[in-house]
Amino acid sequence: MESLNGTETLDCTVVLDCDDLGTRAVNRALRALPGGSSVSMRTPRGRHNLAVGLADDITITVEGNAGYFLGGLCGAKDGSGPDIEVNGFVGWSVGENLMGGTIRVRGSASQSAGASARGGRIFIEGDASLRAGISLKGGSLAIAGDAGAMTGFMAQAGTILIGGNAGHALGDSLYEAAIYVQGSIASLGADAVIDDMTDDDVLVVKRMVEESGFDHIEPERLTKVASGRQLYHFSTHNHGSY
Amino acid sequence: MCGVVGLLLRDPSLQPRLGELLVPMIEALDERGPDSSGIAVYADRPATELPPTLRLSLGADEAVDWMALGCSLLEVAASGAEIHRFGAGLVLDVPEASLATVQERLAAEWPQVRVLGTGWNLRVLKDTGRPTDTCARYGIASWDGYLAVAHTRMATESAVTVLHSHPFVPARDLCVVHNGSFSNYATVRRYLLDAGVRFDSDNDSEVAARYLANRLQFGDDLEEATRWVMKEMDGFFTLVITSADEMSVVRDAFACKPAVVAETSAYVAVASEYRALAELPGITDATVFEPRPEEVYTWSR
Repeated sequence: MESLNGTETLDCTVVLDCDDLGTRAVNRALRALPGGSSVSMRTPRGRHNLAVGLADDITITVEGNAGYFLGGLCGAKDGSGPDIEVNGFVGWSVGENLMGGTIRVRGSASQSAGASARGGRIFIEGDASLRAGISLKGGSLAIAGDAGAMTGFMAQAGTILIGGNAGHALGDSLYEAAIYVQGSIASLGADAVIDDMTDDDVLVVKRMVEESGFDHIEPERLTKVASGRQLYHFSTHNHGSY
Repeated sequence: MCGVVGLLLRDPSLQPRLGELLVPMIEALDERGPDSSGIAVYADRPATELPPTLRLSLGADEAVDWMALGCSLLEVAASGAEIHRFGAGLVLDVPEASLATVQERLAAEWPQVRVLGTGWNLRVLKDTGRPTDTCARYGIASWDGYLAVAHTRMATESAVTVLHSHPFVPARDLCVVHNGSFSNYATVRRYLLDAGVRFDSDNDSEVAARYLANRLQFGDDLEEATRWVMKEMDGFFTLVITSADEMSVVRDAFACKPAVVAETSAYVAVASEYRALAELPGITDATVFEPRPEEVYTWSR
């Protein structure tokens, strides 16, 4: 084992100890690693902005609870990106503006999980707090447990899958993202409506269940929530004009 | 932004370590509120203390010769009064019977001085500047007690001064800290001014604190009074409210401002962010959760 400025190499896994390194140093070290690398991030102690802005397909295991914006801005346009796993819970805005790659949170996520994400996959094994998937622009967000109020607020594209119950104002001011809920829905937000599950929806959900491993979710038990398309002025009939 | 902290100790053996546990919590939230801070600590007094003495915490926005003030107040307060001095203020133990006399002398001779808080068990410290520096300067780590509430302030609605800093103590042993902003506070303040309530600052959070105390005066319990604040005060808030034997936390309907609670058999801790809880003993085994919007959570000693 070699130790250099808080960076250790253990077999083929790079060990980053957050107690030894500032947040910028952690992110710089991660960015310097070649694709295919494996990293164990120790003692995060709820620190913000860990593992942000990474384009390469490295594997990161966060050993503890992380703060805000974990994995934000990661990935590339083609959907590739790092594979991040958190053995704990995360603060606000996990995977904010995610472009590609995968983030798996073993615990729960605080507010605004996957905010404005354009691609990639976010799997929350616990619950997600308010406004999960706010302004989602693509990619997929799967929550094994419950989702808080205003989940999917103004989401434009992409998919949100909720294995538990959804809080109030689900899908408020929704654009063209799809939301699937297995449990109860406390209330729908403005212009959110219950839609029929099509064969395509079942395919999408089956793939998300496979990827997430949330096999308590059964496509036939899901309720689909989509936009009523009354609140915004786009019309799919005018698609060619946009 | 702003950071809020509350720490209620259930395990009496932790009481000598209250300050030591509190300081890292405040330091973790330093950057959420770098312009000023305030700390209130509740500690048990000897049951045999006679006559019963009240603890007065004084502060001011102008320079004050605190020792001269202390000596001047000792002249009118009965013997046995104790003085603990710190930078922007003073904590003074005064027999309850002498309280009115002390207040009269303060008003007559030290008009720039305000009572930051009054309580049987309570001392309050406020100062401008980085919260981390304030903790170090006044040796907060050595303070003991069973309950603490603290605030790191990033001012949005009013000036950065000692008297604008939280916690606000609108009644004996009642403290309020606030992360957020109220939009209708001028309206509520006019109502309170008409009802004879006096203010020490033009801070929006002080309005919420004094409205809460106003409701308690009408006979509401703490939870009812807190519900009135939610009903009448328009804005964003995470509030931590403490009394001599209770700690409450409440968030607005949209949960615009963060809050995390950690609960063990030894303590209940609330903070704006988890990283402020990360150094607490036994945190890995604690029940950690976010308070739901518009739900009043209350813990007793």
